[in-house]
Amino acid sequence: MIRLIIALFLLCKPVHAAQEQVVLGLSQDRVSITADFDGSEILIFGAVKREAPIPDGPPLEVIVSVVGPSEPVTVRRKERRFGIWVNTDSILVDLAPSFYAVATSAPFSQVLTNTEDLRHRVSIGRAIRSVGADMNVEGAQNFAEAVIRIRENEGLYSIRENTVAVDEQTLFRTSIDMPADLTEGDYLARIFLTRGGQVVSQFETTIDVRKVGLERFLYNMSRQQPVWYGLMSLVIAISAGWGASTAFRLLREK
Amino acid sequence: MQIYLPIAEVSVNAFLLLGLGGMVGVLSGMFGVGGGFLMTPLLFFIGIPPAVAVATEANQIVASSFSGVLAHFRRRTVDFKMGTVLLLGGLTGAALGVVIFNYLKSLGQVDLLVTLCYVVFLGIIGSLMFIESINALRKTKKGTTPVKRRQRGWVHALPFKMRFRTSGLYISVIPPIIVGVIVGVLSAIMGVGGGFIMVPAMIYLLGMPTKVVVGTSLFQIIFVTAFTTMLHATTNYTVDVVLAVLLLVGGVIGAQVGTVIGARMPAEQLRVLLAALVLLVCGKLALDLLLQPAELYSIGEAGGH
Repeated sequence: MIRLIIALFLLCKPVHAAQEQVVLGLSQDRVSITADFDGSEILIFGAVKREAPIPDGPPLEVIVSVVGPSEPVTVRRKERRFGIWVNTDSILVDLAPSFYAVATSAPFSQVLTNTEDLRHRVSIGRAIRSVGADMNVEGAQNFAEAVIRIRENEGLYSIRENTVAVDEQTLFRTSIDMPADLTEGDYLARIFLTRGGQVVSQFETTIDVRKVGLERFLYNMSRQQPVWYGLMSLVIAISAGWGASTAFRLLREK
Repeated sequence: MQIYLPIAEVSVNAFLLLGLGGMVGVLSGMFGVGGGFLMTPLLFFIGIPPAVAVATEANQIVASSFSGVLAHFRRRTVDFKMGTVLLLGGLTGAALGVVIFNYLKSLGQVDLLVTLCYVVFLGIIGSLMFIESINALRKTKKGTTPVKRRQRGWVHALPFKMRFRTSGLYISVIPPIIVGVIVGVLSAIMGVGGGFIMVPAMIYLLGMPTKVVVGTSLFQIIFVTAFTTMLHATTNYTVDVVLAVLLLVGGVIGAQVGTVIGARMPAEQLRVLLAALVLLVCGKLALDLLLQPAELYSIGEAGGH
């Protein structure tokens, strides 16, 4: 019995010792999608603040994840009908993040246990699976996996093991590449400190991804004043067509 | 130089778009075709979402048709009355087309519909053009010129006759309206002007004189594609004006270059090349439908189920 209590005490110890906090720095806390935007790299760095000396035991590991805004998506599956491949059935995945990147300081299985992954929904599979695709539909899991596979291929989802550098269990830094095809919104950056697979501290901050300038103006206009946007497109098209033909006629007459 | 398209939400190389616009422009200048039927599939190939490609291409066609029709205005080769009748059909057709487009979009079948339309029409047009140009090549060798015939038959037996002075016709308004509707539907679904259907229909079906055909079809195309652009802009929000402008700039310059080249080169041989190009694009699209895709799943916007 006493042994059990000691064992429990030992198990709880990391939690008691959780006097380690993240002090975070970001190279940028907003990403501006401009006309010549072709991706961005965000440097995420920080230090571990602690009152006590570095605890013994397994070394400190760091996980950094960046999650884009989630939105419902329809996933469709193709089947061969009448000799051609057509979309036959579809499933609505309630929430799938538009972007998901995880960087870790060691192989994923070492930095986080399954239980902790389940609790904090860190790995890509958990982030998608935890949101409710209708599991009554046959093969719903295949659809959720397809979302991950497609977005991994597009570079939107990624897990990068061993890409967080940790110095002296105190300083850490990593960089997250964001592709050109980003959706707008608030991106959530989460930093977990783990020891022996258990989360000892976590920290969250947001990165603002926004279209700016002309991109912003055109996008807003197309959604809020579609009639004026359509008319503007036509006026631009017609004046460009007229301008070009006049210009070339003048050139030829000279 | 990468450029981020605000509506398509993809980043593409601006010079690639200018180049595509220019290339299709050269072809349209050389052969007097609109080029929409080549541009839209090319946009699919470079990764523009089909819905955006179709809507934006409609916008671009407004511009190229407008610059084309000005020359015909000056030469007085536009039959406004016939154009207006075709236009009435065209507007109805475009509205119908957008309804079909949006319905299939909600079913997730819009890509299939657009691709199928392209395979069918590019296949037909490409083959016809190929055969015709081969025949023309043979005839020029023999030294005879092709004779144009005007068919007069059931078209002239229909009611609601109307006099079209510029074309010198007295025919029923039903055939032109039907032609207009068909072209309008295709314009909305495929993002094309539809000249490739309308011009043969006007010559062979309606019996219009060849000199007013191109001007009149351009006149109709401007308004139908403008209407299509507005419908797509207000219902789907898929008109990307940045994409349209880039294609336009390449297109209008290319068209002028193409006109000069076309005037100097032997037309028949070029026509064979164009036919081959059309068949090539058709073949690529057909293969996409026939071969098992590498990825069976696709992600679409939610909303429709």
